[in-house]
Amino acid sequence: MALQPFTVHRGVAAPLLRINVDTDAIIPSREMKRVSKQGLAAGLFAIWRYTEPGGREPDLNFVLNKPQYRNASILLSGANFGCGSSREHAVWALNEFGIRAIIAPSFGRIFYHNCTRNGILPIELEAAVVHYLAEAIQAAPQQNKLLVDLPNQQVSVAELKFSFTIEATPKRMLVEGLDPIAMTLEMTEQINAFELQHRQRMPWL
Amino acid sequence: MAKTLFEKLWQSHLVEQLDGDAALIYIDRILLHERTGSIALKSLAAADRQVRNPDEVFCVIDHIVDTLPGRGDETMMPSGKEFIQTTRSAAQSAGIHLFDIDHPKQGIVHVVSPEQGIVQPGSTLVCPDSHTCSQGALAALAWGIGSSEAEHALATKTLRINKPQSMRINFEGQLGTGVTAKDMILYLIAQYSAAGSAGTVIEFAGEAVRNLSIEGRLTLCNMAVEFSAFTGLIAADKKTIDYLGGRPYAPSGENWKQAVRYWQSLHSDAGAVFDREITIDCAAIEPMITWGNSPEHSCPITGTVPKIDSANKKSASMQRAQDYMGVKPGQKLAGLPIDGAFIGSCTNSRISDLRTAAEILRGRTVAANVRAICVPGSTPVKHQAEAEGLDKIFIQAGFEWRESGCSMCFYAGGESFGFQQRVATTTNRNFESRQGPQTRSHLASPATVAASALAGQLTDPRTTQKS
Ligand code: SF4
Repeated sequence: MALQPFTVHRGVAAPLLRINVDTDAIIPSREMKRVSKQGLAAGLFAIWRYTEPGGREPDLNFVLNKPQYRNASILLSGANFGCGSSREHAVWALNEFGIRAIIAPSFGRIFYHNCTRNGILPIELEAAVVHYLAEAIQAAPQQNKLLVDLPNQQVSVAELKFSFTIEATPKRMLVEGLDPIAMTLEMTEQINAFELQHRQRMPWL
Repeated sequence: MAKTLFEKLWQSHLVEQLDGDAALIYIDRILLHERTGSIALKSLAAADRQVRNPDEVFCVIDHIVDTLPGRGDETMMPSGKEFIQTTRSAAQSAGIHLFDIDHPKQGIVHVVSPEQGIVQPGSTLVCPDSHTCSQGALAALAWGIGSSEAEHALATKTLRINKPQSMRINFEGQLGTGVTAKDMILYLIAQYSAAGSAGTVIEFAGEAVRNLSIEGRLTLCNMAVEFSAFTGLIAADKKTIDYLGGRPYAPSGENWKQAVRYWQSLHSDAGAVFDREITIDCAAIEPMITWGNSPEHSCPITGTVPKIDSANKKSASMQRAQDYMGVKPGQKLAGLPIDGAFIGSCTNSRISDLRTAAEILRGRTVAANVRAICVPGSTPVKHQAEAEGLDKIFIQAGFEWRESGCSMCFYAGGESFGFQQRVATTTNRNFESRQGPQTRSHLASPATVAASALAGQLTDPRTTQKS
């Protein structure tokens, strides 16, 4: 189950500068209609994106519906992005919609993990920097594309460059498009050995 | 060296340190439900992978299933049947435990697990559900994961995770009358914000936590995730051990004695160092109510909707929440008319919650315009309540008495309270449209919700005379 590797990506960035964008807002429960990772893009941000609950009439005030942000593949957002429910559908919906990276001051923990194991790069940058980036692109978002360079851990637009940090493992998973289950199954012997000892220590479990 | 409880749990499950800060952690128990578990089981099978230890995996049907009497696989949520049936067949072919719709142990996953003794002190437990943190109340390292991580845990019995930081929250002093575990956690989040714990493992400690029942502790830990915690934890004590004795999946015989000896060591040692520590004076806590769309938007039921200072960096989100909720700065919360009352969810649907509410409702009726619903957290809770006659009190008061499940804690496209309806609710999330399109949820304790249902408006439970 190889993932799309993430190295360098250039794309239109859309500012959704709200704090605490929760996974219910990213994909409302009622939009998760099938036991499937597909078919979720239409429900992405449904409560904000459409004029009526359950409807499909675009609300033109919502950033992703504005022509200048057409084909956005990067989101700029506020702190605690992806908080709330653990639903991985939020990440699958973003993925299918074409989002490759999200830049925010902080992320919901489960959401962050879900991103890295589904080929989406979550980038933590200070709020002031996120706002700065939003300002830098806003005059002409289609021209002022953001460049995200994961190997070098840098986000840039025109002359502006910002470095970000990311842990070694999620970085490697993203860059190489690795499937963590396959990586861990290679360690089955260690797991077996641990399990044996663990059962001796805690036979009641 | 003095160790924290978290450190003990971590070290006893560390299979191997990986590169960077990641570690491979052994997982003792995996819980699943039909909404997220279905997809984990299905994609595991699609990748031709096996569940490593099926006997240590438990699946419940709780999220999507209807809670009206006579329910079956058909649900009010469109296509809910597909989730239920996919889960059932995937669970059967994987050979895991399944508590199906009509199983006597069925219920909300985080209620079922402690009730059946599936979660045990000193164990690690994961579930693709964010409120798995509830179960840390029994001194287990229990946390919510995504579906892909659930696949990983099912296939390998381990997870790759970065070691979180630790934090202790000391609830000192005693709770006032009418103040509950729910009020403690809402108070904490209001004080320190919804992002206040920043991914740490929180140990809840202090006199007030020791004095809580196990059910109260489950409520407290339930909302650790709303405080952005990795999970919540509470040391094992006599209450923990007494609670687990005789439960179906708890150890017995010689194993029990050995387990208890070990469990007695499951507390933070004197002098153990936490990355952060907070102390709360419980005398300051009153019954709480939320006014907005984040659990941090809460204040005492005696309080008012906050004024918005435009210099506050949260002013835009506060404004948005007040508009959504239809409330104005300076407005009193008590007295706000409600359309609905909901007692249920993994936060507050255990027998003690129902007893507290029933005590307030006994011999009274809910206000004429209020739709009131009680959904027991599990089928055993429902049966226990019926044996005590609580169902009659709820029904006579005008509450609907439901089968167990998540029900209207969240809206999945089926049942809802309705457009812009104002609901006093014992659940844990007051996000926009969480309980239905544009529904306005006010989180509170069972006592506050029961008192509000009677009055038809948000009400301080201390002003409602007990029957
Ligand atoms: S009761 Fe609500 S919060 Fe709890 S598991 Fe069910 S849907 Fe989630």
